[in-house]
Amino acid sequence: MKISRIIKTVFMIDFLSALFIAIKEAFKQKKTLNYPFEKGKISPRSRGEHALRRYPNGEERCIACKLCEAVCPAQAITIESEQRDDGSRKTTRYDIDMLKCIYCGLCEESCPVDAIVQGPNFEFATETREELYYNKEKLLENGDRWENVLAANIKADGPYR
Amino acid sequence: MDYIYSLIAESYKILFLLLPLLTAVAMIVWLDRRVWAFVQKRKGPNVVGPFGLFQSLADALKYIFKEIIIPASSNKIVFILAPITTMTLALISWAVIPFSEDFVLSDINVGILYLFAISSLGVYGIIMGGWASNSKYPFLGAIRSAAQMVSYEVSIGVIIINVLLCVGSLNLTDIVLAQEKIWFIIPLFPMFVIFFISALAETNRPPFDLPEAEAELVAGYQTEYSGMMYAMFWLGEYANILLMCAMGSILFLGGWISPIDSYPFNLVPPVFWFILKILLLFILFALVKAIVPRYRYDQLMKLGWKIFLPFSLTWVVLTAGFLLYFDLLPKV
Repeated sequence: MKISRIIKTVFMIDFLSALFIAIKEAFKQKKTLNYPFEKGKISPRSRGEHALRRYPNGEERCIACKLCEAVCPAQAITIESEQRDDGSRKTTRYDIDMLKCIYCGLCEESCPVDAIVQGPNFEFATETREELYYNKEKLLENGDRWENVLAANIKADGPYR
Repeated sequence: MDYIYSLIAESYKILFLLLPLLTAVAMIVWLDRRVWAFVQKRKGPNVVGPFGLFQSLADALKYIFKEIIIPASSNKIVFILAPITTMTLALISWAVIPFSEDFVLSDINVGILYLFAISSLGVYGIIMGGWASNSKYPFLGAIRSAAQMVSYEVSIGVIIINVLLCVGSLNLTDIVLAQEKIWFIIPLFPMFVIFFISALAETNRPPFDLPEAEAELVAGYQTEYSGMMYAMFWLGEYANILLMCAMGSILFLGGWISPIDSYPFNLVPPVFWFILKILLLFILFALVKAIVPRYRYDQLMKLGWKIFLPFSLTWVVLTAGFLLYFDLLPKV
């Protein structure tokens, strides 16, 4: 063994420097967030809970093209549609099984009219399975509730799509 | 009638010691986790109660309500006895610890021997638990733990001889009083360092937590335990750590003696200094846990037998020679 190494071992130089660093680090700003009270920043591209959006005049955006249903890798989306009296095609049923969903974002990507989107909300845990079988009312309600954020996110992420 | 009266008086004293002690153990677990978290730039437990102080209480409640599972192939009597042994042994050694000059449960003349004997017995709880579980990991953990504790006991014993040479008495109160002029940490500093490291090994703390090395042994001897029995192991372990800190502060840091013997420091009750010293040592324990990686088993044995033992033995000779040459040996 080299002499310098022996001196290092005997006087525990490495240990003492580690101790010093540990004490120094202990008084620094914590990296942890106090979660339910503090929340981290969420990217506009984040893929959270789904929502169905409306046009500003209150009409649903969804045109029942079923692209999202087709592209969904987990086959979580079920759509049924019919033609309305005014000639437009609209959904009569739009279900997402949130338990099957893998939150890949392909539905949002495939949608030609930005109707189905994934919002920033990730805190939608429930106590029963049934509550996670989302239907059209629930999704539209989500869209109404999050519309401001959703529109802002789409606008912010627009240049990269 | 006198007999009953003294029994009640003694129980009262024991209760007066045990309740604060158990509270302190709970708090110390919190402190341990908190220091560990701070070094890693986390917040640590901070939700239950002010600053998360009641976290251990919540944990204890959780353990109480959990089912105690006794493995079918285990030796049931020994399996149940093991955590009881660990905790009892960890608690009874506090009987001789002097908190101040007139505040000690039993001021026996061989206090340090008693402490040493009881802390050596502590290995039985672990061995019993590991053996009675009748399972691979606990058994391996128990064997490791036994070997480790026995090895480091030896060097602690020799270190204690160093201190005793300077004191000339086995009574813990006398040991503290002998340090009124100078704390033994100053003349015997290398011994203090070795004592501290041996204490880490003795209480199965990182970097010597091989008995419960979770990467290899799941949880060592605690693997098969659950509920309150697990909590008792855990309480015993932390009570032992506190005991080692108390021993360290009695042997080397001058127990309840205040660091500066002048006006404002004289007013503080001596117990406060003692607790402060224990706390400082414990924070060092917790810091060490946060910064060092675990030792390999052969390194552990090598450190104990090939380095600490010869070194502390040499130091005994040096101390004895020094005291003899300068005629400083304590007069008995």
